[in-house]
Amino acid sequence: MTRVTLFSICASTALLLYILEMVRRRRLREEYSILWLAGSVVILVLSLKQDWLISIAKTAGIAYPPSFLFLVGILFILLILIHFSIAISKLHQMNKKMAQEIALMKNRQGKKTDE
Amino acid sequence: MNPGMEGTPPRILVVLPAYQEERSIGGLVRSLRERFPYDVLVVNDGSSDRTADTAREAGAIVLDLPCNLGIGGAVQTAFLFARDRGYNAVVRIDGDGQHEVEDIPKVLEPILAGRADASIGSRFLGEAGYRGSIPRIFGIRFFRLLVNLTTGYRVTDPTSGFFAINRPLIEFYSHHYPSDYPEVDAYILMHRLKSRAVEVPVRMYERAEGKSSITTYRAVYYMVKVTLSYLINCLRRFG
Repeated sequence: MTRVTLFSICASTALLLYILEMVRRRRLREEYSILWLAGSVVILVLSLKQDWLISIAKTAGIAYPPSFLFLVGILFILLILIHFSIAISKLHQMNKKMAQEIALMKNRQGKKTDE
Repeated sequence: MNPGMEGTPPRILVVLPAYQEERSIGGLVRSLRERFPYDVLVVNDGSSDRTADTAREAGAIVLDLPCNLGIGGAVQTAFLFARDRGYNAVVRIDGDGQHEVEDIPKVLEPILAGRADASIGSRFLGEAGYRGSIPRIFGIRFFRLLVNLTTGYRVTDPTSGFFAINRPLIEFYSHHYPSDYPEVDAYILMHRLKSRAVEVPVRMYERAEGKSSITTYRAVYYMVKVTLSYLINCLRRFG
């Protein structure tokens, strides 16, 4: 077992446990934990199952198999970031609608107190 | 104008989006109310100064946004208000005195006559010689080209925020209105709706008070953002 795979086993296990604990304590919503969990599980499995990693890397034409782990990690980070951008856009839209609704309600309320 | 509206005078709302305009908004609202029988609505876009109070004291209806939404979000709030209260036409002018209020009837005329769904004031038509900074003129030329190439409209002033729209467009814009720099984007929306848009000559001035929302260093961001959302709007479906 190379040192890089040992490192990736430790790191992905720690990440997996941390995410699960955050979800358990309701500090992280389930829907935002899915990509994190999937990413750490994939990396953990590929770190433990050396022969899977080697054969996938060979098929993909990657000379140094552990670098496939980095590729998987980067891809998951990209997915998570895109997911966040979408979530922020949704929050932005909701925030705008709420602000507009509050302004309209304040106007209606002001009229009532005038009468 | 709208079917079934014959006999009753059309209800017209003049909309002024305002952010930190306490020094100019009061006078502007008063001059509008003295000259025209229209309701005046000020959308206070989260100002920290006395914009809302000043406008209210001058006799405007005020919509007070709890946070700054940007010009598109603020103007859309006015469209929501106009839709809910049954206004037949909305005139939108700047809250900082850049637009000549005397030109409002000219901008409204094609809407009231039923000749157009949107009537946009242009600072480049007629003899109203407008002088602006070089990046601004460059941006206007660029967007003019973009709009003229992708829609059938012959536009001279695509970034003009001095316009009037009729009831169907009020209803559409209350659902879909671009958030940041809405005027150029609005052309694609109107094109997709097959709206009739006309330009009328108006006078515009350099700002008297406060700062323009478009500073020179933000011009690049403005161009990229508007071009992107414009092109994406070409791909969208509206229903």
